[in-house]
Amino acid sequence: MQNKRQTVDVALGIRRRVFEHAIRNNGGYLSQACSAAEQLAWLYNEELNLGEPTLPMIPKPFEGVPSADNPDYHTGAGYNGPFEAQYDRLFIAPAHYALNAYATLIEVGRMAPEGLEMFNKDGSSVEMIGAEHSPGMEVHNGTLGIGLSTAAGLAWGRKQRGETGRTWVFMSDGEVQEGQTWEAVQACAHHGIDNVFAIMDVNDQQCDGTMSSVMEVGDIRAKFLAFGAACIEIDGHDLSAMRDAVKEPHAGKPLIILARTNPFHTMSILEERFPRLHYVRFKSEEERARMNISIAKDLGIDPIDYAH
Amino acid sequence: MVEMVTKPYAAAFEKHALANPDVLCLSADLTSSCEIDGFRDRHPERFLSMGMAEQNMMSFAGGLGLAGFRPFIHTFGVFMYRRPYDQLMASIAYPRRKVRLMAFLPGITTPGGMTHQSIEDISVMRSIPNMTILETGDATEVESICEAADSIDGPVYCRVLRGSVPRLFDSPIKVGQMRELASGDDVLVVTAGICTEEAMRANSVLSKTGVSVRHLHLHTIKPFDAKALLDHIASVKHGVITLENHVTEGGIGSLVAEAMADAGVGKRLVRLGLKDTYAHGGSRAYLMRYYGLDAIALVRGIEDLMGQKFNVSEQDLDVARVEAVHSLAKAEGL
Repeated sequence: MQNKRQTVDVALGIRRRVFEHAIRNNGGYLSQACSAAEQLAWLYNEELNLGEPTLPMIPKPFEGVPSADNPDYHTGAGYNGPFEAQYDRLFIAPAHYALNAYATLIEVGRMAPEGLEMFNKDGSSVEMIGAEHSPGMEVHNGTLGIGLSTAAGLAWGRKQRGETGRTWVFMSDGEVQEGQTWEAVQACAHHGIDNVFAIMDVNDQQCDGTMSSVMEVGDIRAKFLAFGAACIEIDGHDLSAMRDAVKEPHAGKPLIILARTNPFHTMSILEERFPRLHYVRFKSEEERARMNISIAKDLGIDPIDYAH
Repeated sequence: MVEMVTKPYAAAFEKHALANPDVLCLSADLTSSCEIDGFRDRHPERFLSMGMAEQNMMSFAGGLGLAGFRPFIHTFGVFMYRRPYDQLMASIAYPRRKVRLMAFLPGITTPGGMTHQSIEDISVMRSIPNMTILETGDATEVESICEAADSIDGPVYCRVLRGSVPRLFDSPIKVGQMRELASGDDVLVVTAGICTEEAMRANSVLSKTGVSVRHLHLHTIKPFDAKALLDHIASVKHGVITLENHVTEGGIGSLVAEAMADAGVGKRLVRLGLKDTYAHGGSRAYLMRYYGLDAIALVRGIEDLMGQKFNVSEQDLDVARVEAVHSLAKAEGL
């Protein structure tokens, strides 16, 4: 179920949904839609080889955590299709991108729009920080830095079993501050795990502000190369650059695509909030109204009628 | 005289792994220290060297679990949970991956001091939902730990003894059961791990003084059958004493205390073990004596519990030997 729509349109759809959600709820992970929409749209609309969803279009409510007493427990991975040898798997490593990931599922026809209305509501599985049981999620990644390691283990195991499907990780650049990321890369290189692919939203933003102000990380690409990965740096808003990047040969190494992005791309008024973009909560009704008009115009839609 | 078995884990793991193709062997640079160097050399395709990188190892093992493998992680107990606690929670415990955490050098069985001594591991693991905890107390339990752990539908933390290990029992671990090693009616002694041998030595001396000890050995710490324990407590006059190679908070002393409090048992409980303290580096015998984890400490604890002195000296205990397993067969059959 690919290519029903142009990827650029999927990206615009993601931004419109996240924008509408943020305006209606007086805040949200809005800047992540600016930076990551092309990456998520490209993954789901073009690059990933996924089967048909196995879970209902309208997500079921929260049905309990994993336990011996909860035999019917399942994760939200079914929105990405069944676990079959030829299909790819995807982990959303920075789980606070969940709002954007859910919007992507809707745009590519894997979840009903009603799913987003359940976002962060008590008793819902569509959680603010994507949980294992949230749509499109397979593991908990709310603690940053564990996604790539998990993918490496799964990928090694799938290779042993002769499965052709790849294991993909959507990452965020803040994760390079965690030591575990580097442990994971060296383990991939040491064990020749080349069926792991990552695309990283390098938006230079983290919770406290710009990464350079919080903890300078230097030349990420040089570091990945030194740790034994293949690594390509691209303009993260350029879909053709993504298409080329994934063709990079990387025998015996994981491929990491660094997508350099702009945290207010397509929503220029958000620059007013720089450098605190991690979670945009409107400071006043005046700001909310002003941003509603400005961003709606940028995205080519009417302002959201959030009073109703 | 008790039989000493050399490296029982090495052969037991290899046998279990070869019979179970989805079992993998992971090590964090402590391969010979965890007695899996032979396995690594003979079966390199089943061995994953993870380096000194425990955080990645835990999440990687979670990924292997997703692919249907059952990784056996080998490292020292402390390295299993202190540094990579977050990864242990998110990548293994929460999703109930079938990862087997083979934790060597439990408690003060290492001269490595604070950084190497897992003195609070049981406390930590008991508070993790979905975790099973097993502890080995002799060579037979080490020989059966792989099969026992691998029978669990979820993650398992195992305290494993290495090197020269005494054989105290002649039957393998049966998960969820406890061993009744003596069936007296004055006091109930509850032990696990290396403290069980100490208690057996103390009991052999105490029995000559007329004290009637009931002794339980725990290899399954979580889940725990409180009802069986309460039945044993009901059959002794004076109360209960626990002895553990662990801090007295959160381990089997706490486990027994919780069971007694929950049931409203009005008997005394004496908890022996590390008393809210770190240990330091030294030999096992020295540390057990220094921190009161040995047979004489147990005798003094029983004296406290019963309010009488038994005129037992450290010398009496030093010469007391634990007999070979076959002479214990009857006791086990009780």
